Amino acid sequence: MFHFEVVTNWIDEFLRTYLSEGWALFIEFVLIGVAILAVYAVLALILIYVERKVCAFFQCRIGPNRVGPFGLIQSVADMIKILIKELIRIDRADPRLFRLAAFLVIIASICTFGAIPFDKGLQAVDFNIGVFYLLAVSSLGVVGILLAGWSSNNKYTMIGAMRSGAQLISYELSCGLALMTMVMLSGTMQLSEIVEQQSYAWNIFRGGIPALIAFVVYLIAGHAETNRGPFDLPEAESELTAGYHTEYSGIQFGFFYLAEYLNMFIIAAIASTLFLGGWMPLHIPGWESFNQIMDYIPPVLWFFGKTFFCVFLALWVRWTMPRLRIDQLLNLEWKILMPICLVNIVLMALWIIYV
Amino acid sequence: MNHIKSILIGIWRMMQGMYISMLNFIRPKVTEQYPENRGKVFPHERMRGQLVMPHNENNEHKCTACGICQMNCPNGTIQVISKKELDEETGKEKKILDRYIYDLGSCTYCSLCVESCPQDAIEWTNEFEHATFTRPKLYNKLNKEGSTLMKKEKKN
Repeated sequence: MFHFEVVTNWIDEFLRTYLSEGWALFIEFVLIGVAILAVYAVLALILIYVERKVCAFFQCRIGPNRVGPFGLIQSVADMIKILIKELIRIDRADPRLFRLAAFLVIIASICTFGAIPFDKGLQAVDFNIGVFYLLAVSSLGVVGILLAGWSSNNKYTMIGAMRSGAQLISYELSCGLALMTMVMLSGTMQLSEIVEQQSYAWNIFRGGIPALIAFVVYLIAGHAETNRGPFDLPEAESELTAGYHTEYSGIQFGFFYLAEYLNMFIIAAIASTLFLGGWMPLHIPGWESFNQIMDYIPPVLWFFGKTFFCVFLALWVRWTMPRLRIDQLLNLEWKILMPICLVNIVLMALWIIYV
Repeated sequence: MNHIKSILIGIWRMMQGMYISMLNFIRPKVTEQYPENRGKVFPHERMRGQLVMPHNENNEHKCTACGICQMNCPNGTIQVISKKELDEETGKEKKILDRYIYDLGSCTYCSLCVESCPQDAIEWTNEFEHATFTRPKLYNKLNKEGSTLMKKEKKN
Protein backbone atom coordinates (compact mmCIF):
# COMPACT_ATOMS: atom_id res chain seq x y z
CA MET A 1 0.00 0.00 0.00
CA PHE A 2 1.31 3.43 -0.90
CA HIS A 3 0.72 6.04 1.76
CA PHE A 4 1.11 9.77 1.49
CA GLU A 5 3.07 9.51 4.73
CA VAL A 6 6.14 8.89 2.56
CA VAL A 7 5.76 12.19 0.73
CA THR A 8 4.99 14.28 3.80
CA ASN A 9 7.83 12.72 5.81
CA TRP A 10 10.24 13.33 2.93
CA ILE A 11 9.26 17.01 2.78
CA ASP A 12 9.68 17.29 6.54
CA GLU A 13 13.17 15.73 6.52
CA PHE A 14 14.23 17.75 3.49
CA LEU A 15 13.27 21.03 5.18
CA ARG A 16 14.89 20.05 8.48
CA THR A 17 18.24 19.23 6.86
CA TYR A 18 18.56 22.71 5.36
CA LEU A 19 16.77 24.93 7.87
CA SER A 20 16.51 25.40 11.61
CA GLU A 21 13.52 23.77 13.25
CA GLY A 22 11.47 26.96 13.60
CA TRP A 23 11.81 27.93 9.94
CA ALA A 24 11.09 24.39 8.78
CA LEU A 25 7.90 24.35 10.83
CA PHE A 26 6.92 27.77 9.53
CA ILE A 27 7.35 26.69 5.91
CA GLU A 28 5.41 23.52 6.59
CA PHE A 29 2.54 25.53 8.09
CA VAL A 30 2.42 27.75 5.01
CA LEU A 31 2.53 24.74 2.70
CA ILE A 32 -0.26 23.02 4.63
CA GLY A 33 -2.38 26.17 4.60
CA VAL A 34 -1.97 26.62 0.85
CA ALA A 35 -2.65 22.95 0.20
CA ILE A 36 -5.80 22.96 2.33
CA LEU A 37 -7.16 26.10 0.66
CA ALA A 38 -6.40 24.71 -2.81
CA VAL A 39 -7.99 21.33 -2.11
CA TYR A 40 -10.94 23.12 -0.51
CA ALA A 41 -11.58 25.24 -3.60
CA VAL A 42 -11.06 22.39 -6.06
CA LEU A 43 -13.35 20.10 -4.08
CA ALA A 44 -16.01 22.80 -4.02
CA LEU A 45 -15.88 23.06 -7.81
CA ILE A 46 -16.08 19.29 -8.18
CA LEU A 47 -18.96 19.10 -5.71
CA ILE A 48 -20.92 21.84 -7.48
CA TYR A 49 -20.50 19.97 -10.76
CA VAL A 50 -21.49 16.66 -9.17
CA GLU A 51 -24.49 18.22 -7.50
CA ARG A 52 -25.76 19.81 -10.69
CA LYS A 53 -25.22 16.67 -12.72
CA VAL A 54 -26.81 14.35 -10.15
CA CYS A 55 -29.85 16.53 -9.54
CA ALA A 56 -30.31 16.83 -13.29
CA PHE A 57 -30.28 13.06 -13.57
CA PHE A 58 -32.84 12.77 -10.80
CA GLN A 59 -35.09 15.10 -12.79
CA CYS A 60 -34.55 13.21 -16.06
CA ARG A 61 -32.40 15.99 -17.50
CA ILE A 62 -28.80 15.88 -18.69
CA GLY A 63 -27.51 18.84 -16.72
CA PRO A 64 -24.61 21.10 -17.68
CA ASN A 65 -23.21 19.96 -21.01
CA ARG A 66 -22.21 23.10 -22.94
CA VAL A 67 -19.06 24.44 -21.26
CA GLY A 68 -16.30 21.97 -21.99
CA PRO A 69 -16.77 18.25 -22.57
CA PHE A 70 -19.84 17.06 -20.57
CA GLY A 71 -19.97 20.55 -19.03
CA LEU A 72 -16.89 19.85 -16.92
CA ILE A 73 -15.74 23.49 -16.90
CA GLN A 74 -19.19 24.80 -16.02
CA SER A 75 -18.44 25.28 -12.33
CA VAL A 76 -15.14 27.02 -13.16
CA ALA A 77 -17.09 29.44 -15.33
CA ASP A 78 -19.54 29.98 -12.47
CA MET A 79 -16.64 30.64 -10.10
CA ILE A 80 -15.17 33.28 -12.41
CA LYS A 81 -18.59 34.88 -12.73
CA ILE A 82 -19.11 35.04 -8.96
CA LEU A 83 -15.57 36.43 -8.42
CA ILE A 84 -16.11 39.42 -10.72
CA LYS A 85 -19.52 40.36 -9.34
CA GLU A 86 -20.09 43.55 -7.40
CA LEU A 87 -20.32 43.52 -3.61
CA ILE A 88 -23.51 45.45 -2.92
CA ARG A 89 -23.52 47.68 0.17
CA ILE A 90 -26.71 47.08 2.13
CA ASP A 91 -28.48 50.19 3.37
CA ARG A 92 -28.68 50.43 7.18
CA ALA A 93 -27.05 47.03 7.65
CA ASP A 94 -24.33 46.48 10.21
CA PRO A 95 -21.33 46.52 7.83
CA ARG A 96 -18.73 44.98 10.15
CA LEU A 97 -20.85 42.07 11.30
CA PHE A 98 -22.15 41.68 7.76
CA ARG A 99 -18.64 41.16 6.45
CA LEU A 100 -17.52 39.09 9.42
CA ALA A 101 -20.37 36.58 9.08
CA ALA A 102 -19.26 35.19 5.73
CA PHE A 103 -15.73 34.69 7.05
CA LEU A 104 -16.93 32.97 10.22
CA VAL A 105 -18.93 30.46 8.23
CA ILE A 106 -16.08 29.60 5.90
CA ILE A 107 -13.43 29.56 8.65
CA ALA A 108 -15.48 27.03 10.63
CA SER A 109 -15.75 24.92 7.52
CA ILE A 110 -12.03 25.09 6.70
CA CYS A 111 -11.02 24.30 10.29
CA THR A 112 -13.15 21.17 10.18
CA PHE A 113 -11.74 20.30 6.77
CA GLY A 114 -8.21 20.29 8.17
CA ALA A 115 -8.95 17.50 10.61
CA ILE A 116 -10.18 15.01 8.04
CA PRO A 117 -7.75 12.10 7.51
CA PHE A 118 -7.46 11.72 3.74
CA ASP A 119 -4.70 9.17 4.05
CA LYS A 120 -2.09 7.99 6.53
CA GLY A 121 -0.09 11.15 7.21
CA LEU A 122 -2.29 13.30 5.01
CA GLN A 123 -4.08 15.03 7.84
CA ALA A 124 -3.35 18.56 8.98
CA VAL A 125 -4.71 18.37 12.53
CA ASP A 126 -4.53 15.09 14.44
CA PHE A 127 -5.54 15.72 18.04
CA ASN A 128 -6.13 12.97 20.53
CA ILE A 129 -9.61 14.50 20.91
CA GLY A 130 -10.24 14.63 17.16
CA VAL A 131 -13.96 13.86 17.29
CA PHE A 132 -14.49 16.58 19.90
CA TYR A 133 -12.55 19.00 17.75
CA LEU A 134 -14.70 18.19 14.71
CA LEU A 135 -17.94 18.71 16.63
CA ALA A 136 -16.76 21.90 18.31
CA VAL A 137 -15.36 23.58 15.22
CA SER A 138 -18.16 22.61 12.89
CA SER A 139 -20.65 24.18 15.32
CA LEU A 140 -18.93 27.54 14.98
CA GLY A 141 -20.63 28.01 11.65
CA VAL A 142 -23.97 28.64 13.31
CA VAL A 143 -22.58 31.86 14.81
CA GLY A 144 -21.80 33.10 11.31
CA ILE A 145 -25.24 32.17 10.09
CA LEU A 146 -26.95 33.96 12.99
CA LEU A 147 -24.75 37.03 12.45
CA ALA A 148 -25.53 37.03 8.74
CA GLY A 149 -29.23 36.91 9.43
CA TRP A 150 -29.07 39.64 12.07
CA SER A 151 -26.78 42.09 10.33
CA SER A 152 -28.55 42.06 6.96
CA ASN A 153 -31.43 44.18 8.29
CA ASN A 154 -34.02 42.07 6.53
CA LYS A 155 -36.93 40.10 7.96
CA TYR A 156 -36.38 37.09 5.70
CA THR A 157 -32.73 36.71 6.66
CA MET A 158 -33.71 37.06 10.31
CA ILE A 159 -36.32 34.31 10.10
CA GLY A 160 -33.92 32.12 8.15
CA ALA A 161 -31.14 32.62 10.68
CA MET A 162 -33.43 31.88 13.63
CA ARG A 163 -34.65 28.69 11.99
CA SER A 164 -31.08 27.73 11.20
CA GLY A 165 -30.01 28.34 14.79
CA ALA A 166 -32.83 26.17 16.17
CA GLN A 167 -32.09 23.46 13.62
CA LEU A 168 -28.31 23.35 13.98
CA ILE A 169 -28.28 23.44 17.76
CA SER A 170 -30.85 20.66 18.12
CA TYR A 171 -29.38 18.38 15.44
CA GLU A 172 -25.92 18.83 16.93
CA LEU A 173 -27.14 16.64 19.79
CA SER A 174 -28.04 13.52 17.88
CA CYS A 175 -25.05 14.07 15.62
CA GLY A 176 -22.76 14.08 18.66
CA LEU A 177 -24.50 11.14 20.29
CA ALA A 178 -24.22 9.07 17.11
CA LEU A 179 -20.50 9.85 16.95
CA MET A 180 -20.22 9.01 20.64
CA THR A 181 -21.46 5.46 20.06
CA MET A 182 -18.60 5.02 17.60
CA VAL A 183 -16.15 6.53 20.06
CA MET A 184 -17.38 3.94 22.58
CA LEU A 185 -16.67 1.18 20.08
CA SER A 186 -13.22 2.48 19.18
CA GLY A 187 -12.18 3.53 22.67
CA THR A 188 -10.35 6.55 21.30
CA MET A 189 -11.14 9.97 19.87
CA GLN A 190 -8.06 10.27 17.70
CA LEU A 191 -9.21 10.07 14.10
CA SER A 192 -6.05 8.45 12.75
CA GLU A 193 -6.25 5.72 15.37
CA ILE A 194 -9.96 5.17 14.73
CA VAL A 195 -9.10 4.54 11.08
CA GLU A 196 -6.20 2.24 11.98
CA GLN A 197 -8.51 0.13 14.15
CA GLN A 198 -10.76 -0.57 11.19
CA SER A 199 -8.08 -2.35 9.20
CA TYR A 200 -9.82 -5.74 9.52
CA ALA A 201 -13.45 -4.74 9.70
CA TRP A 202 -15.02 -1.37 9.20
CA ASN A 203 -16.84 0.00 12.21
CA ILE A 204 -20.21 -0.49 10.58
CA PHE A 205 -19.55 -4.25 10.38
CA ARG A 206 -17.66 -4.45 13.68
CA GLY A 207 -20.36 -2.60 15.61
CA GLY A 208 -23.27 -4.62 14.25
CA ILE A 209 -26.81 -3.29 14.65
CA PRO A 210 -26.00 -0.36 16.99
CA ALA A 211 -23.40 0.90 14.52
CA LEU A 212 -25.87 0.65 11.65
CA ILE A 213 -28.48 2.63 13.62
CA ALA A 214 -25.85 5.21 14.54
CA PHE A 215 -24.81 5.48 10.88
CA VAL A 216 -28.35 6.16 9.70
CA VAL A 217 -29.00 8.63 12.51
CA TYR A 218 -25.70 10.37 11.79
CA LEU A 219 -26.54 10.66 8.10
CA ILE A 220 -29.93 12.22 8.88
CA ALA A 221 -28.60 14.58 11.56
CA GLY A 222 -25.55 15.53 9.51
CA HIS A 223 -27.73 16.18 6.52
CA ALA A 224 -29.84 18.50 8.64
CA GLU A 225 -26.71 20.31 9.82
CA THR A 226 -25.72 21.18 6.27
CA ASN A 227 -29.03 23.02 5.72
CA ARG A 228 -29.77 21.06 2.62
CA GLY A 229 -32.23 18.64 1.19
CA PRO A 230 -35.51 18.19 3.03
CA PHE A 231 -34.04 20.24 5.90
CA ASP A 232 -33.35 23.40 3.86
CA LEU A 233 -35.86 25.56 5.68
CA PRO A 234 -33.26 28.14 6.76
CA GLU A 235 -33.02 29.11 3.11
CA ALA A 236 -36.39 27.87 1.82
CA GLU A 237 -36.32 29.70 -1.47
CA SER A 238 -40.08 29.57 -1.92
CA GLU A 239 -40.84 31.33 1.39
CA LEU A 240 -37.71 33.25 2.42
CA THR A 241 -36.09 33.95 -1.00
CA ALA A 242 -32.71 32.64 0.17
CA GLY A 243 -32.88 32.73 3.96
CA TYR A 244 -29.85 34.04 5.80
CA HIS A 245 -27.79 34.86 2.70
CA THR A 246 -30.49 36.79 0.86
CA GLU A 247 -28.60 40.10 1.01
CA TYR A 248 -25.18 38.76 0.14
CA SER A 249 -23.66 39.19 -3.28
CA GLY A 250 -20.47 38.41 -5.13
CA ILE A 251 -17.71 36.59 -3.30
CA GLN A 252 -19.43 36.94 0.08
CA PHE A 253 -22.30 34.91 -1.25
CA GLY A 254 -19.69 32.64 -2.77
CA PHE A 255 -18.29 31.98 0.72
CA PHE A 256 -21.68 30.83 1.98
CA TYR A 257 -22.17 28.73 -1.11
CA LEU A 258 -18.73 27.19 -0.80
CA ALA A 259 -19.19 26.49 2.91
CA GLU A 260 -22.53 24.82 2.24
CA TYR A 261 -21.07 22.45 -0.33
CA LEU A 262 -17.96 21.71 1.68
CA ASN A 263 -20.05 21.07 4.79
CA MET A 264 -21.85 18.41 2.80
CA PHE A 265 -18.46 16.93 1.91
CA ILE A 266 -17.21 17.19 5.50
CA ILE A 267 -20.27 15.43 6.90
CA ALA A 268 -19.82 12.68 4.32
CA ALA A 269 -16.11 12.48 5.10
CA ILE A 270 -16.72 12.14 8.85
CA ALA A 271 -19.33 9.47 8.16
CA SER A 272 -16.88 7.55 6.01
CA THR A 273 -14.04 7.98 8.51
CA LEU A 274 -15.97 6.83 11.55
CA PHE A 275 -18.31 4.27 10.04
CA LEU A 276 -16.91 3.11 6.71
CA GLY A 277 -13.23 2.90 7.55
CA GLY A 278 -11.88 6.15 6.15
CA TRP A 279 -8.98 5.47 3.80
CA MET A 280 -8.78 1.83 4.89
CA PRO A 281 -9.40 -0.65 2.05
CA LEU A 282 -12.09 -3.29 2.39
CA HIS A 283 -10.46 -6.20 4.21
CA ILE A 284 -12.17 -9.44 5.08
CA PRO A 285 -10.41 -11.54 7.75
CA GLY A 286 -9.19 -14.81 6.27
CA TRP A 287 -9.40 -13.86 2.59
CA GLU A 288 -5.72 -13.02 2.12
CA SER A 289 -5.66 -12.82 -1.71
CA PHE A 290 -8.78 -10.65 -1.74
CA ASN A 291 -7.19 -8.32 0.81
CA GLN A 292 -4.05 -8.09 -1.33
CA ILE A 293 -6.05 -7.08 -4.40
CA MET A 294 -7.90 -4.44 -2.36
CA ASP A 295 -4.55 -3.08 -1.17
CA TYR A 296 -3.57 -2.21 -4.74
CA ILE A 297 -6.25 0.52 -4.84
CA PRO A 298 -4.67 3.65 -3.30
CA PRO A 299 -6.13 4.68 0.08
CA VAL A 300 -6.94 8.19 -1.17
CA LEU A 301 -9.22 6.67 -3.78
CA TRP A 302 -10.89 4.54 -1.11
CA PHE A 303 -11.49 7.65 0.99
CA PHE A 304 -12.94 9.68 -1.86
CA GLY A 305 -15.01 6.74 -3.08
CA LYS A 306 -16.65 6.27 0.29
CA THR A 307 -17.12 10.00 0.79
CA PHE A 308 -18.72 10.51 -2.59
CA PHE A 309 -20.96 7.55 -1.90
CA CYS A 310 -22.19 9.38 1.23
CA VAL A 311 -22.54 12.60 -0.76
CA PHE A 312 -24.62 10.73 -3.29
CA LEU A 313 -26.85 9.41 -0.49
CA ALA A 314 -27.38 13.00 0.67
CA LEU A 315 -28.31 14.13 -2.84
CA TRP A 316 -30.59 11.13 -3.28
CA VAL A 317 -32.52 12.04 -0.13
CA ARG A 318 -32.56 15.66 -1.15
CA TRP A 319 -34.32 14.95 -4.42
CA THR A 320 -36.77 12.51 -2.88
CA MET A 321 -38.21 14.32 0.12
CA PRO A 322 -40.26 17.51 0.27
CA ARG A 323 -39.19 20.22 2.70
CA LEU A 324 -40.25 19.74 6.33
CA ARG A 325 -42.13 22.29 8.40
CA ILE A 326 -40.25 23.76 11.39
CA ASP A 327 -42.34 21.89 13.97
CA GLN A 328 -41.98 18.61 12.07
CA LEU A 329 -38.24 19.22 11.91
CA LEU A 330 -37.92 19.73 15.65
CA ASN A 331 -40.26 16.81 16.36
CA LEU A 332 -38.05 14.58 14.26
CA GLU A 333 -35.05 15.57 16.31
CA TRP A 334 -36.39 15.69 19.86
CA LYS A 335 -39.01 12.94 19.72
CA ILE A 336 -37.41 10.45 17.35
CA LEU A 337 -33.67 10.82 16.73
CA MET A 338 -32.67 11.80 20.27
CA PRO A 339 -34.42 8.86 22.03
CA ILE A 340 -33.12 6.46 19.36
CA CYS A 341 -29.60 7.74 19.96
CA LEU A 342 -29.85 7.41 23.74
CA VAL A 343 -31.19 3.86 23.48
CA ASN A 344 -28.53 3.13 20.89
CA ILE A 345 -25.75 4.12 23.27
CA VAL A 346 -27.03 1.57 25.79
CA LEU A 347 -27.26 -1.00 23.01
CA MET A 348 -23.71 -0.26 21.98
CA ALA A 349 -22.50 -0.70 25.56
CA LEU A 350 -24.23 -4.10 25.70
CA TRP A 351 -22.74 -4.99 22.30
CA ILE A 352 -19.23 -4.13 23.47
CA ILE A 353 -19.61 -6.14 26.67
CA TYR A 354 -21.28 -9.28 25.31
CA VAL A 355 -20.14 -9.62 21.67
CA MET B 1 -45.96 1.50 20.89
CA ASN B 2 -47.78 3.72 18.39
CA HIS B 3 -44.74 5.96 18.33
CA ILE B 4 -42.43 3.13 17.32
CA LYS B 5 -44.93 1.92 14.75
CA SER B 6 -45.11 5.37 13.16
CA ILE B 7 -41.32 5.54 13.02
CA LEU B 8 -41.16 2.18 11.21
CA ILE B 9 -43.91 3.24 8.81
CA GLY B 10 -42.01 6.47 8.16
CA ILE B 11 -38.81 4.56 7.36
CA TRP B 12 -40.73 2.25 5.01
CA ARG B 13 -42.33 5.23 3.22
CA MET B 14 -38.96 6.90 2.88
CA MET B 15 -37.48 3.79 1.30
CA GLN B 16 -40.39 3.63 -1.13
CA GLY B 17 -39.81 7.25 -2.12
CA MET B 18 -36.10 6.70 -2.56
CA TYR B 19 -36.80 3.66 -4.73
CA ILE B 20 -39.00 5.78 -6.99
CA SER B 21 -36.42 8.56 -7.31
CA MET B 22 -33.72 5.96 -8.07
CA LEU B 23 -35.89 4.68 -10.91
CA ASN B 24 -35.91 8.22 -12.26
CA PHE B 25 -32.16 8.47 -11.87
CA ILE B 26 -31.44 5.46 -14.07
CA ARG B 27 -34.19 6.16 -16.60
CA PRO B 28 -32.98 7.27 -20.06
CA LYS B 29 -32.98 11.04 -20.28
CA VAL B 30 -35.51 12.83 -22.48
CA THR B 31 -33.52 16.00 -23.15
CA GLU B 32 -33.09 16.77 -26.87
CA GLN B 33 -29.73 18.26 -27.89
CA TYR B 34 -31.54 20.68 -30.14
CA PRO B 35 -29.05 22.54 -32.33
CA GLU B 36 -26.90 19.43 -32.75
CA ASN B 37 -29.63 17.02 -33.76
CA ARG B 38 -31.42 19.52 -35.96
CA GLY B 39 -31.86 17.03 -38.76
CA LYS B 40 -33.86 14.75 -36.50
CA VAL B 41 -37.56 15.60 -36.55
CA PHE B 42 -38.79 15.34 -33.01
CA PRO B 43 -42.01 17.44 -32.65
CA HIS B 44 -45.14 15.47 -32.21
CA GLU B 45 -47.49 14.94 -35.13
CA ARG B 46 -50.27 16.89 -33.41
CA MET B 47 -48.00 19.87 -32.74
CA ARG B 48 -49.29 23.11 -34.25
CA GLY B 49 -46.26 24.73 -35.77
CA GLN B 50 -47.32 26.85 -38.70
CA LEU B 51 -50.51 27.32 -40.71
CA VAL B 52 -50.23 26.29 -44.36
CA MET B 53 -52.58 25.99 -47.28
CA PRO B 54 -51.83 22.76 -49.14
CA HIS B 55 -51.68 22.97 -52.91
CA ASN B 56 -51.87 20.05 -55.29
CA GLU B 57 -49.58 19.50 -58.28
CA ASN B 58 -51.69 21.74 -60.56
CA ASN B 59 -51.18 24.65 -58.15
CA GLU B 60 -54.74 24.43 -56.96
CA HIS B 61 -56.01 24.99 -53.42
CA LYS B 62 -59.35 24.36 -51.76
CA CYS B 63 -60.03 27.85 -50.33
CA THR B 64 -63.26 29.44 -51.53
CA ALA B 65 -62.58 32.74 -49.73
CA CYS B 66 -65.67 32.38 -47.57
CA GLY B 67 -63.92 34.19 -44.69
CA ILE B 68 -65.14 31.95 -41.86
CA CYS B 69 -61.59 31.46 -40.61
CA GLN B 70 -61.07 35.22 -40.53
CA MET B 71 -64.26 35.69 -38.51
CA ASN B 72 -63.37 32.90 -36.10
CA CYS B 73 -59.84 34.10 -35.46
CA PRO B 74 -59.75 35.76 -32.01
CA ASN B 75 -56.62 37.81 -32.72
CA GLY B 76 -57.17 39.07 -36.24
CA THR B 77 -54.30 36.93 -37.39
CA ILE B 78 -55.92 35.90 -40.67
CA GLN B 79 -56.91 38.26 -43.46
CA VAL B 80 -58.77 36.77 -46.42
CA ILE B 81 -58.63 39.25 -49.29
CA SER B 82 -60.93 38.26 -52.13
CA LYS B 83 -61.63 39.57 -55.60
CA LYS B 84 -64.54 39.23 -58.03
CA GLU B 85 -63.97 37.38 -61.26
CA LEU B 86 -66.19 36.41 -64.15
CA ASP B 87 -66.88 32.69 -64.21
CA GLU B 88 -66.53 31.27 -67.70
CA GLU B 89 -69.06 28.45 -67.36
CA THR B 90 -71.99 30.29 -65.90
CA GLY B 91 -71.16 33.84 -66.98
CA LYS B 92 -71.77 35.21 -63.48
CA GLU B 93 -69.37 37.14 -61.22
CA LYS B 94 -67.82 34.89 -58.56
CA LYS B 95 -65.77 35.64 -55.43
CA ILE B 96 -62.35 34.05 -55.55
CA LEU B 97 -59.28 34.22 -53.28
CA ASP B 98 -56.78 36.94 -54.00
CA ARG B 99 -54.43 36.85 -50.99
CA TYR B 100 -54.57 34.81 -47.77
CA ILE B 101 -52.51 36.73 -45.20
CA TYR B 102 -51.45 34.96 -42.01
CA ASP B 103 -49.58 36.90 -39.32
CA LEU B 104 -47.44 34.40 -37.41
CA GLY B 105 -46.55 37.02 -34.80
CA SER B 106 -50.07 37.31 -33.41
CA CYS B 107 -51.19 33.70 -33.82
CA THR B 108 -51.93 31.83 -30.58
CA TYR B 109 -52.23 28.45 -32.33
CA CYS B 110 -55.79 27.97 -31.05
CA SER B 111 -56.67 26.07 -34.24
CA LEU B 112 -60.17 27.60 -34.49
CA CYS B 113 -59.52 28.47 -38.15
CA VAL B 114 -58.59 24.92 -39.10
CA GLU B 115 -61.52 23.43 -37.24
CA SER B 116 -64.07 25.85 -38.67
CA CYS B 117 -62.94 25.64 -42.30
CA PRO B 118 -65.74 23.96 -44.27
CA GLN B 119 -63.43 23.08 -47.17
CA ASP B 120 -60.45 21.77 -45.14
CA ALA B 121 -58.34 24.24 -47.06
CA ILE B 122 -55.82 25.00 -44.31
CA GLU B 123 -53.85 22.75 -41.95
CA TRP B 124 -50.99 22.71 -39.48
CA THR B 125 -47.40 21.61 -40.06
CA ASN B 126 -44.67 20.77 -37.57
CA GLU B 127 -42.44 23.62 -38.73
CA PHE B 128 -41.33 25.33 -35.50
CA GLU B 129 -38.23 27.41 -36.23
CA HIS B 130 -40.01 30.73 -36.56
CA ALA B 131 -37.34 33.13 -35.32
CA THR B 132 -36.68 36.06 -37.64
CA PHE B 133 -34.85 39.37 -37.32
CA THR B 134 -37.63 41.59 -38.64
CA ARG B 135 -41.32 41.55 -37.96
CA PRO B 136 -42.54 41.79 -41.59
CA LYS B 137 -41.06 38.37 -42.27
CA LEU B 138 -43.74 36.93 -40.02
CA TYR B 139 -46.52 38.02 -42.41
CA ASN B 140 -47.00 35.01 -44.61
CA LYS B 141 -49.06 34.79 -47.78
CA LEU B 142 -50.40 31.27 -47.76
CA ASN B 143 -51.75 30.89 -51.30
CA LYS B 144 -49.09 30.54 -53.95
CA GLU B 145 -48.74 32.86 -56.96
CA GLY B 146 -51.25 32.11 -59.69
CA SER B 147 -53.02 29.36 -57.79
CA THR B 148 -56.64 28.64 -58.51
CA LEU B 149 -59.55 26.96 -56.79
CA MET B 150 -59.59 23.21 -57.01
CA LYS B 151 -62.45 21.92 -59.19
CA LYS B 152 -64.94 19.87 -57.28
CA GLU B 153 -65.19 16.28 -58.35
CA LYS B 154 -68.58 15.60 -59.85
CA LYS B 155 -70.62 13.02 -58.03
CA ASN B 156 -71.25 9.94 -60.03
